[in-house]
Amino acid sequence: MVMEIVCPAGTPASLRAAVKAGAHTVYCGFADETNARNFPGLNFDRTEMRDGIAFAHSHGAKVLVAINTFARAGSEPLWHRAIANAESAGADAVILADLGLLAHAASHHPGLRRHLSVQAAAANADMINFYARTFGVKRVVLPRVLSVAEIAAINAETEVETEVFVFGGLCVMAEGRCSLSSYATGQSPNMQGVCSPASHVDYHDDAGALSAKLGGYTIHRVTKGEPAPYPTLCKGCFKADQSTGHQFEDPVSLNAEKLIPQLFKAGVTALKIEGRQRSRAYVAQVVRNFRAAVDAQAAGLPLPEGMLASLTEGQAATAGAYKKTWR
Amino acid sequence: MPDPSLHLPLCPRLPASALRWLPLVPVSLALTDFARRLAKRHPAMFRRLGGYAQARFILDPTDLPVSMLLEPRGGAPRVHVSRRKLQGDARIAGPLAGLLGMVHGAYDGDALFFSRDLVVEGDTAAVLALRNAIDDAELDLSAEAQAMSGPLSAPVKRLITLTEARTGVALSRHEEDYGW
Amino acid sequence: MQLTVGPNPFFWKPEAWSGLYDALASAPVQRIVLGELVCSKRLPFYQDRIPAAIETLQAAGKGVAVSSLALITLKRERKLSAELVETGVEVEINDLSMLAYLPQGMAFSVGPLVNVYNEGTLAWLAARGATSICLPPELPLEPVRTLARAGRDLGVAIEVWGHGRVPLAISGRCYHARLHGRTKDNCQFACENDPDGLDVATLDGQDFLAMNGVQTLSDSFACSDHQIEILQEAGVSRLRLSPQTGDFAAICALYRDRIDGKIKRGQIAAALQTRYPGIRLSDGFLTGACGAEWSGASAQS
Repeated sequence: MVMEIVCPAGTPASLRAAVKAGAHTVYCGFADETNARNFPGLNFDRTEMRDGIAFAHSHGAKVLVAINTFARAGSEPLWHRAIANAESAGADAVILADLGLLAHAASHHPGLRRHLSVQAAAANADMINFYARTFGVKRVVLPRVLSVAEIAAINAETEVETEVFVFGGLCVMAEGRCSLSSYATGQSPNMQGVCSPASHVDYHDDAGALSAKLGGYTIHRVTKGEPAPYPTLCKGCFKADQSTGHQFEDPVSLNAEKLIPQLFKAGVTALKIEGRQRSRAYVAQVVRNFRAAVDAQAAGLPLPEGMLASLTEGQAATAGAYKKTWR
Repeated sequence: MPDPSLHLPLCPRLPASALRWLPLVPVSLALTDFARRLAKRHPAMFRRLGGYAQARFILDPTDLPVSMLLEPRGGAPRVHVSRRKLQGDARIAGPLAGLLGMVHGAYDGDALFFSRDLVVEGDTAAVLALRNAIDDAELDLSAEAQAMSGPLSAPVKRLITLTEARTGVALSRHEEDYGW
Repeated sequence: MQLTVGPNPFFWKPEAWSGLYDALASAPVQRIVLGELVCSKRLPFYQDRIPAAIETLQAAGKGVAVSSLALITLKRERKLSAELVETGVEVEINDLSMLAYLPQGMAFSVGPLVNVYNEGTLAWLAARGATSICLPPELPLEPVRTLARAGRDLGVAIEVWGHGRVPLAISGRCYHARLHGRTKDNCQFACENDPDGLDVATLDGQDFLAMNGVQTLSDSFACSDHQIEILQEAGVSRLRLSPQTGDFAAICALYRDRIDGKIKRGQIAAALQTRYPGIRLSDGFLTGACGAEWSGASAQS
């Protein structure tokens, strides 16, 4: 069986690029705070969503709509409408994180397949089974804090399909449970669907040395010729106890390409690629690469050599928590 | 430490130095006209800019002696080319090949930024909006130029193909195949 | 408005741990939540002291609850969490996994690390047995108002983060261990020497965060001195105070006096700054542009 690759689309053009590059499934969101990649110039209006889903379906691909922020008190109808619109646009599933929205979707849209977002941080089989029992969740996107052995153990204890991140941006904190961004900028992944927002970023180039500040806090400084990461808070360079360095995580991104056979053995259904904020060029290349990899895996052939280094943040990649020593 | 740069082709010196002497007012007018025709054909691009459709962007090809002020003005864009330092809300600087390659889907903007081939200053959110809006529009500047050249379409196409082959700069849309 | 003392997020020596709850027995607070929130590896060091602390506090007339872990992943942690609901003491859930263990109909409370951002979630939890909910610290005043109203209609007490370093993130990775070049499994309790967390500053030396094992907190100590009236007016029923070193019972007394009108606005902050020289305060999550902001700063300048 071929592992499903679930690919990002921040724009209709990226959705088409992903589908043409061989994506089995594409995920995307509406252009508002209902999804966790609410960045300037990104995402889909209602017409674009309908057309994008029709395009994907005509090519045999599925579309998942991420409605994975936490609805704001007093404004829940905005999120409820997003769920209803996703269903009427023909979405194959919605990706939800908020308990209230899960309950709403289960009772008002019982025919709409529900996936549990990584933002719900369901990190053990008991919790996953609870979501399946209570809200009929069919698939869970696992938090990026688990090792391959732990993922295998979870799959042994649940019927719910699991989807894991294999490439792209890497959260070191449990997703959906992080307020670092709102502490520094007032905008958070949970509430506004943004982390370390560009509107609060300030780059300063001083004779080739590039400093990046977020909300007035210096996140890192790179010298001339060093790769420049985006100033994401948890990947900043800080001082603690006489030591200066990347105290939380290095400015790297995830590449678990080589772990595909192990993830398959661990019972993982789908591989997720991060990057709705990236260009269609990025999406197409990563998707093509991973499609070739899962096809090779299914055919029992060796995996093709990776060639994605230049696409990764700081041009460096890690296998993240999948290797236990990461902790 | 290895050089992170993606080794973009640089604009050859001869055409670059020509810009040192060329009168820039007609160039600005021609580019404004070009941008307005683009705007008519790609209204969604301006919708996608949202609140940033009134921002002022400085595009600075570092291998050319000029830079450009691009004002989307909500769909009635204006382009101003100058040899002087321009003021705007945000500045994007990098080799012409990188800037055009991004427009044509040959390069990923983030990758160019990580590699330090691209430098961003000022309103980063505006830059992001512009990048995303252009990326979604799937522009092909060569095809647009040809379409606007009427009877000269065929020679213009030959000139573009020749320039692309000689310089390695992506002057037309890439079917998401890759420059790296 | 009542006062709740949240679970101590830090790793203290067993004697200091007991000392905190002995002192709280006579402090002017109504509710105390105790137990291990951050790291299951710390629990064996003081687990045997928990029953006595509960007994002391209950004898002093305090409401007591035990906290769940903030991130439950390991088999051992799942077992521990399942056993928590059998202790007979009210449970405060800080990870939604606890819902898998709580029997239907058993009352429980919800801690600040559970995402309750809207009326739908609040109503669902209330129907499931939640009697008290401490809202996520990043929630601004406007949604707090809406949820306090919804809580009143549903008979759920709404609590707000009132004092102490703000929990900002929880991870599978231990940053204290990483700082010492160790992994989490071989951490050798690197966090034990930082009873208020370890300060993390920017490259420019600006104070920013605090690390506490797998948890990341704000450098600043939240202080709701300037919001007491608006929180009361919003219908918030409880204020949560998070333990720190020094005379914590005295900090509780400051908030009690402020709520009772015995001291004026600004006097909690002034007292804190006298007792903890150099302490940085914040209240931006409630009323500022970002969490790190402090309304006292503009009042002074």
